[in-house]
Amino acid sequence: MESLYLLIPLSVLLVFLIGLIFWWSVRSGQFDDLEGPGWRVLQDDDKSVADRANEEKTPD
Amino acid sequence: MENQATYNYHVVRQFSIMTVIWGIVGMLVGVICAAQMYWPELNIGPYLHFGRLRPLHTNAVIFAFGGCALFATSYYVVQRTCNTRLFCDKLAAFTFWGWQLVIVLAAITLPLGFTSGKEYAELEWPIDILITIVWVAYAVVFFGTIAKRKVQHIYVANWFFAAFILAVALLHIVNSLAVPVTLTKSYSVYAGAVDAMVQWWYGHNAVGFFLTAAFLGMMYYFVPKQAGRPVYSYRLSVVHFWALIFTYMWAGPHHLHYTALPDWTQSLGMVFSLILLAPSWGGMINGIMTLSGAWHKLRSDPILKFLITALSFYGMSTFEGPMMSIKTVNALSHYTDWTVGHVHSGALGWVAMVSIGSIYYLIPRLFNREQMHSIKLIEAHFWLATVGVVLYIASMWIAGVTQGLMWRAVNADGTLMYAFIDAVKASYPYYLIRFLGGAIFLSGMFLMLYNVLRTAFDGKAVDAQIPAIAAHAH
Repeated sequence: MESLYLLIPLSVLLVFLIGLIFWWSVRSGQFDDLEGPGWRVLQDDDKSVADRANEEKTPD
Repeated sequence: MENQATYNYHVVRQFSIMTVIWGIVGMLVGVICAAQMYWPELNIGPYLHFGRLRPLHTNAVIFAFGGCALFATSYYVVQRTCNTRLFCDKLAAFTFWGWQLVIVLAAITLPLGFTSGKEYAELEWPIDILITIVWVAYAVVFFGTIAKRKVQHIYVANWFFAAFILAVALLHIVNSLAVPVTLTKSYSVYAGAVDAMVQWWYGHNAVGFFLTAAFLGMMYYFVPKQAGRPVYSYRLSVVHFWALIFTYMWAGPHHLHYTALPDWTQSLGMVFSLILLAPSWGGMINGIMTLSGAWHKLRSDPILKFLITALSFYGMSTFEGPMMSIKTVNALSHYTDWTVGHVHSGALGWVAMVSIGSIYYLIPRLFNREQMHSIKLIEAHFWLATVGVVLYIASMWIAGVTQGLMWRAVNADGTLMYAFIDAVKASYPYYLIRFLGGAIFLSGMFLMLYNVLRTAFDGKAVDAQIPAIAAHAH
């Protein structure tokens, strides 16, 4: 039973902390564009140099 | 090495290779444990007894295999999506060597019998302090990289990794608080039911944040990249993250149904566990639907097979988990091998498969190769892994439900119908099937090691250039 005196305040504090981070992220415009970031990850070409050279040789 | 024009792939390479090696070690110990259940004579001496090897197995697969996979992928993802080199190379190197030291110390102290007796937190206090130091360094490297990012938006995978790093720090510190007596012995500051509640607050959230949130971060990067499609709904992925974070912390009491824990706490834990089904399945559907329009790729791409099968197992085990947390179901399943099966459907099906897929994605990029040495071997690994998991969990379901039913069967006069040993006898054949399933899964890991080493030796360790940021509208 006594563990709840520790864990419940800790969890409530944590929820407030998460709420605060959520508030900050919304205010700072993190979620203004909810389409673009998904595409931008794909635009980042992380292929190895060898793979890129190979693709230039055999364009498909 | 300190070159701001390239990404720090060095530490990613180190962690990626060690993921495979610790995967083999951890799963091998698991297979030995499974063999000991079937052939008890394999319990040799005090050091290699089941009771000492079992925590070695869990620590090795969760923290060594899973941990290295998370270090590797989070360092890769945070650099690529933030368009910047990792913050502080020296500290990143320290996290690698520090984490390996933790693993080696665990592999020595656990068979010697030094344990705090807390499940998934067995390591004694000096190692706990080392873990804390390495973890703080990890947080500094990760958040330092986020802070110096060149793109304004923080990609959703990084949110999952960030939550994982912070939550694990909190859980580890609160649960490991102990009074040292000697260098190798300490006593928890908690006692009795308090200790049990703190332990399972830790235990369940370790599952939630280490084995779920962090690997979801992995999924949200590697599934879209491998499929060549953006995540099905980026909006849903953000909702998924916040919903999961707000609800996960409260589900721990379902590990303590029908114990000395206050009844209302158990019911609260059960309710929150049921609520968790919603964000879990939201994420699972989001990941699988990423393939919409590209389903044909599943036919030819074994890496994608690994990732999508992992998501299917994630969906299965996040349905099974809330179901098992319902008190009436738990009355049957608790303390049986059903729980063991459930854990492995998550650990082998979800965690291991998503990690294996991601490492296969990474290795050619880290060693400047077009692709892995052999795609056929990846395909073979995929089928070995799938057959292995299915054998494992199906045998444990049957054994578990059998045990649960036999334990509670009573005669008309109220006496127990079966002695405990009767249920052990009934489970015996399934222990052999479990052993076989585990051994098949492990054999796939050896194929992976060969494939990874061949790719690494044929290739060259190259750090990729950081590309100029493409102009994009915010």
